[in-house]
Amino acid sequence: MRMLFSIFLCLLCLQNVFANDAAPLADDPVVEQRLISISEEMRCLVCQNESLAGSRSDLANDLRREIRTLIKEGKSDDQIRSFMVERYGDFVLYRPPVKPITWLLWIGPFVILLMGVGVLFSYLRRRNEAPAAKALSAQDNQKMDALLAMVDKHDKGGDHG
Amino acid sequence: MKAKFLIPLLLFVVLVAFLAIGLNRDPHEVPSPLINKPAPAFDIPQLEQANKTFSPESMKGQVWILNVWASWCVACREEHPVLVEFANSGQAPLIGLDYKDQRADALSMLSKQGNPYRLSGFDANGRVGIDYGVYGVPETYVIDKAGIIRFKQIGPVTREILNQTIYPLLTELKKS
Repeated sequence: MRMLFSIFLCLLCLQNVFANDAAPLADDPVVEQRLISISEEMRCLVCQNESLAGSRSDLANDLRREIRTLIKEGKSDDQIRSFMVERYGDFVLYRPPVKPITWLLWIGPFVILLMGVGVLFSYLRRRNEAPAAKALSAQDNQKMDALLAMVDKHDKGGDHG
Repeated sequence: MKAKFLIPLLLFVVLVAFLAIGLNRDPHEVPSPLINKPAPAFDIPQLEQANKTFSPESMKGQVWILNVWASWCVACREEHPVLVEFANSGQAPLIGLDYKDQRADALSMLSKQGNPYRLSGFDANGRVGIDYGVYGVPETYVIDKAGIIRFKQIGPVTREILNQTIYPLLTELKKS
């Protein structure tokens, strides 16, 4: 067992020998910084829950290379964003632009919130409207007197109270 | 008064309906912004004859189909027999775009499984794929006589898609 374990350890060490060197960082840190800030705002279409900056998919790699080229060509952030949107649609942006087709997306939650507030207020108002004071009929008065008299008698008769 | 108790039930039904629709949609099918836009131009070497190039410009005046494929793509193998059938039907020229592939692998796949393509462009670094918004192979584009993309299929083309969508579309586009 110990033997096996040490073989395993050796294999683990060997792995390090075979591991690749870290890929060299791009020569220009400014370009890289812009690449990161742009691609963090974009969705990787292969792994949709990852940003383009964080994804290791092949396509994300290619797209980062493409964006890097565009940056070096002196394109502005907006130009790069529209380059991506022309090809992959608004879906590629984590912050979709405000336009008629996305209105529901942008204002929908607020509309629902307003509806909720409306319902809440109408409910509260209805609850606060105290039921109109109801005049007691003669019959009710008699019944009440009888009940009160019973309570009185009970109190006097018993020693608890 | 009684109807009031139905309101939560109704809201619940609406919610369930939305969730059911959401669950049945494939989030990987992103509508392409390229529909009804001109097919992006390119000029790249051909797969079989590396010394010749292919450009969509040369297909002007014809309705044609561009199919993005690769020998490493499993779904393409599934799609392949359908494409061979399509090519045999002679409905429209089928051009391949061999996406991020090794030439030898691609050629051996075609020789083993049959070659449905009139020719294939060889997109070694995937640059053309980016212009076409390719994010998963296979993808298929129907392009009209004026070079406008009319339809895009993401994922394998099946017989149903051919019969229900592509054939009728081709007939319609060929008329104009």
